[in-house]
This record gives sequence, structure tokens and C-alpha cells, in this order.
Amino acid sequence: MFGSLDWSILQQLWWFITTLVGSLFVFLTFVQGGQTLLSTLSLSEDEKILVVNSLGRKWELTFTSLVLFGGALFAAFPLFYATSFGGAYWVWILILFTFIIQAVSYEYRRKPDNFLGKGVYDAFLFINGSIGILLIGAAVGTFFTGSNFTLNDYNLVQWHHPLRGLEAAFSFFNVSFGLFLVFLARTLGALYLASNLDHEELVAKLKKAAFNNLLCLLPFLLFVLLRLVVMDGYAVNPVDGTVVLEANKYLHNLIQMPLNLILLLVGLVLVVLGVVLNRFTPSVRGIWPSGLGTVLTCLAVFFTAGYNNTAFYPSKIDLNSSLTIYNASSSHYTLTVMTYVALLIPVVLGYIIWAWRQMDSKKLSLEELAADKKSY
Amino acid sequence: MIEQIDLTMVSWARATFALTAMYHWIFVPLTLGLSFICAFFESIYVKTGDEHWKKLTRFWMTLFGINFAIGVATGIILEFEFGTNWSNYSWMVGDIFGAPLAIEGIAAFFLEATFFAVMFFGWNRVSKKAHLFATWMVAIGSNLSAVWILIANGWMQHPVGMTFNPDLARFEMTDFAALVFSPVAISHFVHVTGSAFLYASLFVVAVSSWYLLKKRHIKFAKRSLTVACTFGLLASLFVAYTGDEHAYHAANVQPMKLAAMEGLYDGEHSAGLVAAGLLNFSKKPGDDEDSFIFQVKVPMVLSLLANRDVNSFVPGINDLVFGNEAENIMGVKEKMVRGKLAVSGLGDYKAAKKAGDQAAATKALSLFEENSDYLGYGYLDYAEQAVPYVPLIFYSFRVMVGLGTFFILLFMVYLFLLYKDQLEKQPLLLKLGVFSFVLGLVAHEAGWIVTEVGRQPWAIQDLLPVTIARSNLDAGTVEVTFFMFLILFTALLIAELKIMAKQISIGPEGE
Ligand code: HDD
Ligand code: HEM
Ligand code: HEM
Repeated sequence: MFGSLDWSILQQLWWFITTLVGSLFVFLTFVQGGQTLLSTLSLSEDEKILVVNSLGRKWELTFTSLVLFGGALFAAFPLFYATSFGGAYWVWILILFTFIIQAVSYEYRRKPDNFLGKGVYDAFLFINGSIGILLIGAAVGTFFTGSNFTLNDYNLVQWHHPLRGLEAAFSFFNVSFGLFLVFLARTLGALYLASNLDHEELVAKLKKAAFNNLLCLLPFLLFVLLRLVVMDGYAVNPVDGTVVLEANKYLHNLIQMPLNLILLLVGLVLVVLGVVLNRFTPSVRGIWPSGLGTVLTCLAVFFTAGYNNTAFYPSKIDLNSSLTIYNASSSHYTLTVMTYVALLIPVVLGYIIWAWRQMDSKKLSLEELAADKKSY
Repeated sequence: MIEQIDLTMVSWARATFALTAMYHWIFVPLTLGLSFICAFFESIYVKTGDEHWKKLTRFWMTLFGINFAIGVATGIILEFEFGTNWSNYSWMVGDIFGAPLAIEGIAAFFLEATFFAVMFFGWNRVSKKAHLFATWMVAIGSNLSAVWILIANGWMQHPVGMTFNPDLARFEMTDFAALVFSPVAISHFVHVTGSAFLYASLFVVAVSSWYLLKKRHIKFAKRSLTVACTFGLLASLFVAYTGDEHAYHAANVQPMKLAAMEGLYDGEHSAGLVAAGLLNFSKKPGDDEDSFIFQVKVPMVLSLLANRDVNSFVPGINDLVFGNEAENIMGVKEKMVRGKLAVSGLGDYKAAKKAGDQAAATKALSLFEENSDYLGYGYLDYAEQAVPYVPLIFYSFRVMVGLGTFFILLFMVYLFLLYKDQLEKQPLLLKLGVFSFVLGLVAHEAGWIVTEVGRQPWAIQDLLPVTIARSNLDAGTVEVTFFMFLILFTALLIAELKIMAKQISIGPEGE
């Protein structure tokens, strides 16, 4: 069935599938956002416990999406996996570091005899939500600003910057992208928590926090969008595969792929709509429009980076080393196999939704936590 | 294709992988086994409705959760370490190797992650049956992840189902079924899951024995022991059986590994198995020294084990390095000659393509293809490089097998005394039971050392040595990362041990 599809169709399909996983991950970073709210909103001890326990029931999903995002990139675009992870080494190692410390923190923070003490585990959660997300943003920013690498005749990477990837954090565009993600995560975190908790005062605080974080996010978002439409982009010549810098390439991508532009605009409107509904009406369901909006917006950003003859992982110093979804992908055979495997994704989404609804049909309250010795 | 090879960098990268894998493996087998043990306990609870079984389930689940968190934390590093530390590898075999890792994410990790939350927090939120279902899904999910990662590892031990694409300079998958149903991968999987069940049983034995020693939670401990010892005995018999299959596969696809496991330098017909021995550390391939200072051999058993035939020939390290015409074995030296032809053929092909010389390209390509089975040997500098470090493999193997035999006995004695209701009167045995958990870990790590160190110098057997598989990083960078991980993982390990000990001393709730 899938074997008869053109290689290029499969490559485009897999850019869609991997970036969908990536976009879902960004939505799920409401967990990370919530972790930073924990230490920046002034919460009482009871309120903190509610927040941690609510997030603690979801963090695994976010984490696993990140793992799958990595795995899917490895399987579908191995040259990207090799070039970026082996090249931009320090960014990735630091990002991973923030996720190691997150993984143990929920389980260990309030257990007796936990060696490091509750404060350290809470700091771990904060670092993961702030530095971790910021660096992920900076790394994705290089999809547009480019990196310093070359590939040799055997497609093996050499990196030409001593900071090994951390230099990405010295670009204003990349940092803005990162901060945008940090505040987006916080906005989503507040929205999610407001929908999940049974505690009036706390919900009121969260509703305000979501709105305030949206305000913080806007300048970074506007800057990123503005830069994106005026900056030079890395265009691929479809005939011979050579890469050139083209003025306003990303603007062209938005115009030439009108659906993509619509996706972006609808996405942004939904994000704002969710927050506004949540702030100015009694509804606490703002997380759903905002969450969907986040996924659509991220998809539009990824599509702008990868489709329409664009190099999604460009090299600043040797344009022709740049990676495109065509030259970085797996073979036709492997993509075919993986496409069959991808048929499982709806099943996975199905049981995630089932479990989510079962678990969240009743809001989390202090009474319930007090009765449960397993709470975080 | 690689200008200079920085050997120190390769060593640090190997050390980092070994460190993260070995830490990961402290927790993984416990997750694999304990998830099933929890599912057993909960099934009994749902069936009998006896609240005591529910308490039991919840107690073991608490310990499971503490272990699971750190298993996840160490796992994510491994997933990305292929990219960060072995990026040439990731490109050259990513077309094949990436697939099982991605499938593991889709098919297994989400099962674990989703149902983990239901299992821990769903007691009052979902029905009894739905909860039991979730617990089973966690157990199945974690064991499915073992399937896929071991398929990946099995493929590195015995690469199948692919071909080399000279234009892109990488291997490409041609037969997914060959990968999945590779007998080597299957024998990995059964041995590893079996030994994980064994390990988790030892954990339950250790905790319960401690309670009996302290005369606390007696009923709880005995119930747990009955389930765990039965499970453990079955698992340990299964482990011994699958281990034998495993060695048979190694003999076929990685004869050098088998020779190293046995410290066998000169191959023999009707070869004997070394039951115990003292290796001569100064022995080198090709010299006249004895390989053992002292040894006890069981005649013919090695031939039987390796080839299922008592008269068969088992090649030794010397036969494999220098060749043995009588037995029709090509030595590493000759393989290196052919491998170098493959490497230069590939280089010439690339150059001719660039220059647009089609005739030269075709000629170079056919030279490459004639010799491509030996590609990896072309990157070796001298033949002895193909020999892994024998003493570590030899002793690790004996530690693992010795302990495997010991565990069978241990479970039998425990079951017998439980049956006779005499167990509490045996404090020495109970102390041994507590300590056996550590021995279980030792057996596990020893097993991986046999497998992984025995594969050296190859990242992919015969095709890709670790010196080529590495990333283009300097040694200092990798060294810093090594220590970062060492410090962090050690701190987290201490935390987990303290928390675990505390929870065990608190004991099952309400008892
Ligand atoms: C035989 C089983 C087995 C083996 C050989 C490995 N693992 Fe593992 N891994 C598991 C069995 C497992 C598990 C039982 O499924 C874990 C352990 C604890 C846990 O929570 O899940 C896990 C967790 C785990 C996670 C976190 C998953 C999550 O988000 O829940 C990752 C990314 C990896 N592993 C990746 C690896 C890689 C790249 C390995 C190879 C080098 C590896 N594991 C060896
Ligand atoms: C979790 C259990 C595992 C343990 C304890 C383990 C152990 C080790 C050890 C000790 C080394 C260092 C060998 C040396 O350099 O001398 C190593 C290397 C390596 N292992 Fe494993 N391993 C495990 C699982 C795996 C799996 C499942 C894979 C593949 C999917 C794998 C792939 C590798 C790779 C790529 C290296 C680095 C290259 C090399 O040195 O061979 N390992 N491992
Ligand atoms: C009782 C007799 C046993 C035999 C004959 C046996 C045999 C083997 C062999 C031959 C290998 C290496 C295979 C290869 O790399 O080609 C191996 C690996 C391994 N063994 Fe055992 N084993 C035994 C007991 C145990 C026990 C008791 C444990 C742990 C509790 C254990 C855990 C492992 C592990 C984790 C590996 C590495 C993973 C793998 O290669 O599958 N084994 N075993």
C-alpha cells in the first residue's frame, strides 16, 4: 500500500508526522510551564501540593513525547539526528540534563529521607521548565538562523564553533523564540491547572496568571514573526538540490502555501481565544482552544521551515551542507515500514484520550490528596 | 573517510555509554519484573476481594514507582547518546537502527507512561477492572520496550536485512522481518526478560526476608515470598535454558566472543568447557605461553554447546586471528586485506563520481562490492585489534553462570522451607536471601559485559568499528560529560536507595 508511494511523498509525510509529535510535545509542555508557576506564583503550601499533584499525573506524557520526537527523527531523518545531536552537542546535553532531573523530582520530592531535600527537587522542576524549554526554543530557532557545520563526502558532520551548539543561545532571534516557548508553556500550564483543580482561590489566581503570561509572550512572538518574514531564508533549488540564500524566503513560504498561513493565523487566534475566554468568562476550559492553537501554530512554523523547497537545518558556513527533508531522510524502504508503524499512532492517541478522560472526569481536590498516601 | 582517529575520545565515549547503560540497567530489570509481580498480586486481589492482597499490591507498587522514575531518567540519555556520542554510527546505520527505537516509543513507552498514571492515581477514579487492566498494560508496555531495544541491540551483534548504499555512504534496510525475527534478537529477548523476572523475584525475596528477620509483617512477607519464589524458580530455570541457546548463537555469529568467553586460544575438536580456571594475564595471541595457570575442564562440552555436536571444531582466538586453512577459517589478517580493498574501492568510486568518470566509477564500485563483507576490517590497523579483552569476558561469564546456578538452588531451598513452614528459623539463610539481590545485580551487569565488551572492537559486528562509529568531538568534551553524568547519576542513585530503604522500613500501610 504505502510502498507504491513516491519517496518524496513519504518524506513529506514523515516531516508531517515527526513535527506533529513535536507540536504535541509543545502543547504538553504545559507541565513544564506549571513547574515554573510553582515557584513564581505566590502559592500557599496546600496550593503547591495541588499543583504538583496535578502536573505529576501528566509529566510522563510530555517526557515520552520528547523521547518519541527524538526517536522519530532518528528513524525518519537520521542525517538530522546525527548532525544535530553529534554537532550541536552541548545544547542537547544540557537539555537532556534538565529532563533527567525532572524525571525523579515528582516521585522523590516529598518522600522521607530523600537525600537532596525538597527544595532541590523543586529547583530541578524549575530548571527543567525554564532553562530546558528556553534551550529547546533556541535549538529550534536554528532551523531558521542556521548553524556552523559542514558535511564531508561521506555525510559525516564537522562542527565549526567551539561552543558546540550553545552559540545558538547568542542569537537574539533564537533567544526570543525560546522565551516565547517559556511563556507559552506557562500560559498553557496555568490554563491546564485551572481546568483540573477544585480550589476556587487558586483557580482565580491561575486565570490571571494565564492572561499575564500571554501578555509576556506577545512581544517575543511579534518579534519572532516579524524577523521571520523579513529575514533571508535557505532555499533549495529543486532541480539540482543546491541551496541559496533567498530574501524573504519564509514570507514567500507563507504566501506560497496559503493553507500554512491559515494554519498559523487560526492557531494564534485560538491560543489567544482560549486565554481570553478563561480570563473573562467563568469557563475553565480555555486549555482546549489554546492547546489546539498551540499545535496548529507549531505545525505552521515547522512547515515553514521544511516544506516548499526549504532547508530545515541550514548550515551558515557551507550552504550546500544544509539538510532538507529530502537529503536527510531514511530510505524509501524504511519510510514505508515506518508508515505502517505509524498506523498505530491513532490507537495510541485513542487510549491516551480514554485514560485522560477517566482520570480527569473529577477535579483534583485537597480532600482527595489528604486521603491518599501516594500523593507527591 | 576519517582523517585522524582520537583514541582517547573513543575511550571516553565508550566509558560514557558503559556508565549510562550500566546505571540504566540497575533499574530496568526491576521495572520489567516488578511490573508483572504487581500485576499478579492485583489479579489475586481482584479475584479474591481480600483487602490484604490490595495492601500488598500497593506496597510493591510504591517501590516500583520509586524505581521507575530513575529508570526513565537514565533511559532518555541512552536514547540520545547514539546521536551525541556516536553520530557517525547514527548516520551510517540510522536507516536501520532508528526504526526499532522509534517503534519502541510509539508501541511501548506510551503504554507505560499513560497507564502508569492510572495505576498510581486511579485507585478511586476508575473501576477495579479498569485499574487491573492498567496495571497489566504497564507490565506489557515495559516488556514490549524490551523487545524493541533488544532487536536493536541484537542487530548490532548480528547485522541482517540490509545493504550498503555507496552514494550516500550508509547502510540501508532491505528486510524488516529479518531484523525483527532475527534468532539472535529473540534469544536476547528471552534471556533478558527471564533474567529480569529472576531479578525482581530476588528483590521481593530480599525485602520479605528482611521482614522475617525483623519479625515484622510475617503474613505479608510469607505471601509475597510464595509468589516470588515460585516465579523466581521458573524464571531461573528459564534463564539457564535460554542462556545456553544464547551461547549457541554467539558461537555461530560471533565466534571471537565465544573464544574469549572460554579463554580458548587454539581451537580444538571435541573441545572441553572450562568450569573454573585461572587465566594467564600475559598471554597474547600467537605466542607460546599457556593460556591458563590452572583450569578444570569438562571434556567435549564446549563442542556440544557451540555446535550441538561433541566432535565438532571450536575455533580459538589464534585460528580466528591468523586463519586456519584446515578448518577453512579466514583469518583477520586476510579479512583486513579485503577490507582495505573495500575502503579504497569506495573512496575511488566517490572520487570518480565527482570527476564524472563513469567507467572508473563502475570499476571501483565492483571492487568495493566484491569485498564489502569485510568493510569494517579495512579500518583496523593490526589483526590483534579484533580480539576483545579476554579476562573481563572470561570471568564475567563465569560469575553470571555460577550465580545462575546458585539462584536455582536458593529458590528451591526457600520454597521447600516455606512449604515446611520452617523459614523463620533460618536466620543465616534469610540473611543470604537479603544479600542475593545484590548478587542478582552483579549477574546482570556481568551478562551485559560479556555481550558488549565481547563485541569489541565492533559497534556493528564486522562492519563498523567503534573508532569509526564515534562523533567528531574532542576527548575533553566527552570527558566532562562523563563526569557530569557520573556525579548526577550517583546522587540520584543515593537518593533512590535512601528513599527505597525508608519505604521498606515503614512497611506496608496499615499493618
Ligand atoms: C530489556 C530492556 C531494556 C534495555 C536493554 C534498555 N531499556 Fe531503556 N527502558 C526499559 C527497558 C530497556 C524500560 C523497562 O521500559 C524502562 C526502564 C524503567 C522505565 O521506566 O522504563 C526504560 C526506560 C527508557 C527510556 C525512558 C522512556 C519513557 O519515557 O518512559 C528511554 C528513552 C530508554 N529507556 C531508552 C533506552 C535505550 C536507548 C537503550 C539502549 C541503549 C535502553 N533504553 C536499554
Ligand atoms: C542496558 C543494558 C546494557 C548494558 C549494561 C550495556 C553495557 C555496555 C558496556 C559495558 C559498553 C562498553 C563496552 C566497551 O566499550 O568495552 C557498551 C557499549 C555500547 N553499547 Fe551497550 N549495554 C547495554 C545495552 C545496550 C543496548 C540495548 C544497545 C543498543 C541498542 C547498546 C549499544 C551499545 C553501544 C552503541 C555501545 C558503544 C559502542 C561500544 O563501545 O561498543 N547497549 N554497552
Ligand atoms: C544459568 C546460566 C546462564 C547462562 C548459560 C547464560 C548465558 C549467557 C550468554 C552466553 C550470554 C552472552 C550472549 C552473547 O552476547 O552472545 C548472556 C548474556 C546475558 N546474561 Fe546470561 N546466562 C546465565 C545466567 C544469567 C543470569 C543468572 C543472569 C541475571 C540474573 C543473566 C543475565 C544476562 C544478561 C543481562 C545478559 C546480556 C544480555 C544479552 O546478551 O542477552 N544470565 N548470558
